[in-house]
Amino acid sequence: MTTDAAVHAEGLVKEFGEVKALDGIDLTVNRGQVVGLLGPNGAGKTTTVRILSTLLQPTAGYATVAGFDVVKNPDDVRRAIGLTGQYAAVDEYLTGRENLRMFGDLYHLSPKYVKERSAELLEWFDLTAAADRPAKTYSGGMRRRLDLAASLVAQPSILFLDEPTTGLDPRSRLGLWGVIENLVASGTTVLLTTQYLEEADQLAEDIVVIDHGKVIAHGTSEQLKDQIGGDRVEVTVVDPESVGRAAEALRSVASGDALIEELRVSAPVSGGSTVLVDAIRALDGQGVAVSDLQLRRPTLDDVFMSLTGHAAEEEKPVAEAKGRRRRGRGGEEA
Amino acid sequence: MTTLSVGAPVAMRRPIYGWTIHDGLVVARRNLIQTVRVPELLFFSLVQPVIFVLLFAYVFGGAIPIPGDTASDAYRQYLMPGIFGQTVAFAAASSTVGLAEDMHKGLIDRFRALPMAPPAVLIGRTLADAVRQILVLFVLSVTGYLVGWRIDNGLLNAIYAYALLLLFAYTVAWIGAWIGLYMPNPETANTAGLVWLFPMTFLSNAFVPLSSLPGFLQVIAAWNPISALVLACRELFGNPTGAGGDYWPLQHPQLYTILSCVLLIALFSTLAVRRYRRTTSR
Repeated sequence: MTTDAAVHAEGLVKEFGEVKALDGIDLTVNRGQVVGLLGPNGAGKTTTVRILSTLLQPTAGYATVAGFDVVKNPDDVRRAIGLTGQYAAVDEYLTGRENLRMFGDLYHLSPKYVKERSAELLEWFDLTAAADRPAKTYSGGMRRRLDLAASLVAQPSILFLDEPTTGLDPRSRLGLWGVIENLVASGTTVLLTTQYLEEADQLAEDIVVIDHGKVIAHGTSEQLKDQIGGDRVEVTVVDPESVGRAAEALRSVASGDALIEELRVSAPVSGGSTVLVDAIRALDGQGVAVSDLQLRRPTLDDVFMSLTGHAAEEEKPVAEAKGRRRRGRGGEEA
Repeated sequence: MTTLSVGAPVAMRRPIYGWTIHDGLVVARRNLIQTVRVPELLFFSLVQPVIFVLLFAYVFGGAIPIPGDTASDAYRQYLMPGIFGQTVAFAAASSTVGLAEDMHKGLIDRFRALPMAPPAVLIGRTLADAVRQILVLFVLSVTGYLVGWRIDNGLLNAIYAYALLLLFAYTVAWIGAWIGLYMPNPETANTAGLVWLFPMTFLSNAFVPLSSLPGFLQVIAAWNPISALVLACRELFGNPTGAGGDYWPLQHPQLYTILSCVLLIALFSTLAVRRYRRTTSR
């Protein structure tokens, strides 16, 4: 870890009256790195970004961005960062080009530079055709792209993206991921918050998982997956009566206890794909008819479940979440 | 997708009037572009005062005697400066709603994360809302002429009166801006932005002579800056004044108008900027 970190926070605490939104967050983002801040709604992701982007003052703790203290030198921090929030924060009555011009003017950049830069960003974000239409007429994906373009007018070295793809359709989300990957390739440091495990997995080299205002895990996607154990064998049986026998069969080849969810039985294994053969033999020995059998790497969803005891997305009705036991099921949030 | 290639950002030279004014003008320009893009909004903000002119002139007009003037159109002459005063006061509501909407849409967050002067968003808002009143006052003056109102005391005095009205519009815009920063959403702002304006404009000499109010209300109305503003305009336009009574503000209406505007701007711009520095969208 280098000392000239782009973003460095120590012991950040933020209280809103009685509510402790942040309870001692430590965070480091090195230059050129992409760090994903992952957590469910209300975990403290947005509060963290707001403190780092000088919108909120921490109750305790301290943070530097681009080497500047966020409380003591907010203007220096603001010159170095770009911020894209949860909403597409552009003026909907101005055209795309007028929006970029306004933000360029407010960064105190020369009119000539702003003009060229705006044209370039509009081209890059595929908005040239719509550049002179009020942003009101844009689709959700176009507004997000304009929003991101607006935060890039002054070429910030550090970019905060607070849930950049929330509410977008899958196609727009993929498009935005491409844009973010390009920015990173050109050397921009990115701190990204998301509640989509898939997004953190896709974009971030380093993932910080937070829940209830605390960092509960930190590492690369691979490290986090290793932390909760290796591969799992997963079996879907045909006959509900046979789940007990299937579990017994898996226990004989597994390195841990089997988990039953309706027709699905899974268990942690070690030893790679040869265990599949053993598993099939064991299931056959028990006379269990199988409709699906696979060896699966754990997803970040599994990581989240095992770290917090609850699923990453809390919008699901409680009864449904309980009834289905989401453990061992990934890729649902796409 | 190509990489960006414009080169490093080039800073702008600091304008002679400083960054705060520069940033304020940038935001004001943006707010005025909104006005042009949504003409419906401007249209309906004109309809209300025009309806007031017609209602008061034709419905209430005959029932309200003006002390010291028995001419048949005395009330219409008396009424117009009152309508002007009331209308510019409602500029405050658009500041309240405008800021509440900017907060709701996350624009205030974005502005606050820029290295711009903190008062600029508020200066831009209040300035644009006051500038819009120029058009409103023009349309109202034409309407007034159609119902028989006349400017009767020279052009310079009339310009002075319009200037006082705009100063007052800018003043109440700051009060409206301060309220707007406390609004949880634009819907609440729509109500809260208006609710204080009705007692403020009606507890004055805008529509009825002060002498027709009961004692304690008369004192409140006499010290209400709108009364001084409206009286100053009546004098400057050469319209019937309806007699002021023994109250200092109404004996020095121009001075009192300017004094109260300066004090209110100082107070509410301080409060609003302080609030702005801490506010975030939710």
